[in-house]
Amino acid sequence: MSTSPTMTQATIERRAFVADLLKACPQALVITGLGSPTYDVFAAGDSANHFYLWGAMGGTTAMGLGLALAQPERSVLIVTGDGEQLMGMGSLATAAAQQPQNLSIVVLDNGHFGETGMQRSHTSLGTRLAEVAQACGVSHAQEVFSHAELPALAQRVNARSGMLLAQVHIRQDEIPRVLPSRDGVYLKNRFREALGFAS
Amino acid sequence: MNTSNTPVIPWQETIFTTLKQGGIQQVAYVPDAGHAHVIRRVQADPDMRDIVLTTEEEGVALAAGAWLGGQRAALLMQSSGVGNCVNMFSLLRSCRFPFLTLVTMRGEYAEFNNWQCPMGQATQGALELMGITVLRASTPEEVEDLVGAAVDAAFEGGQQVAVLLSQRLIGRKKWIRQ
Repeated sequence: MSTSPTMTQATIERRAFVADLLKACPQALVITGLGSPTYDVFAAGDSANHFYLWGAMGGTTAMGLGLALAQPERSVLIVTGDGEQLMGMGSLATAAAQQPQNLSIVVLDNGHFGETGMQRSHTSLGTRLAEVAQACGVSHAQEVFSHAELPALAQRVNARSGMLLAQVHIRQDEIPRVLPSRDGVYLKNRFREALGFAS
Repeated sequence: MNTSNTPVIPWQETIFTTLKQGGIQQVAYVPDAGHAHVIRRVQADPDMRDIVLTTEEEGVALAAGAWLGGQRAALLMQSSGVGNCVNMFSLLRSCRFPFLTLVTMRGEYAEFNNWQCPMGQATQGALELMGITVLRASTPEEVEDLVGAAVDAAFEGGQQVAVLLSQRLIGRKKWIRQ
């Protein structure tokens, strides 16, 4: 089985990319996909504006859509992985149908299921996620191959000018886990309180 | 089937007004004939958003996201869709998200299509296994009270509630005089 050409070229270091992205999008409301994206976002610094998923695989895009529709004046940023996004592929069509101007999905794509032993995912086996998103009607879908593309990406997240999916080709590094709270009630309540809602 | 020229069924209008008065702003659905009127009413309401799903579990995650952002959502689906939601229901209990779903039943009463029966007959059990409180409306008279109670239990009481709209209730439209 041949590997995707993008995989052999992947140079982006996930932790540095996520840290710099969050630094460039300080106002964003962030939802993380279970596994490494949750660790990456927490490793960059905790915030009440982060909602870390430890389950609900396949649900980040739909969850981000509900949040984006409720909070149109805020950028909603999903940071997830290829496996999680693949499980929720239909939700790209669901979200795109609503044309949320403020929803951005950053897929950290290493082409593998990292949490379970680095089995190849569909993005290593022919699925082109950014093209899937585009075909679903996502207004701006792109692949990211270099850390240098980050400022332009962050600008799009902050602009709230159309739904975005960025397929970020990251290296297959296995990095030590950094674990945020698994108390979902706490994570929910502090997120709402930070937005001014009763818990 | 409930088509666009079918007369409005009063209990379906009651569901819409109860959701509207309950402050529901996001209505997610995989369509069913029994929900068709409510969906049309939501689509025509500038203060409500209709969100068509590719699969019902998206609606569970969407409702959680809406609540994070300060809005109330409801999920409309058919009983077959409950099976599609089971793992995503974990999100509700793990984080104690309020949750309201209205489920039109199949496979339980005068069912023509036996393929609907396995999931239809397991629907209430599947919901209860995942910790969701189940209410059931079997007559038009009890729809308003039950849906109103479910809205309050979910969004005032923080519970996870399903209202089953029984096939007998939905089936009654066959006997309405044209």
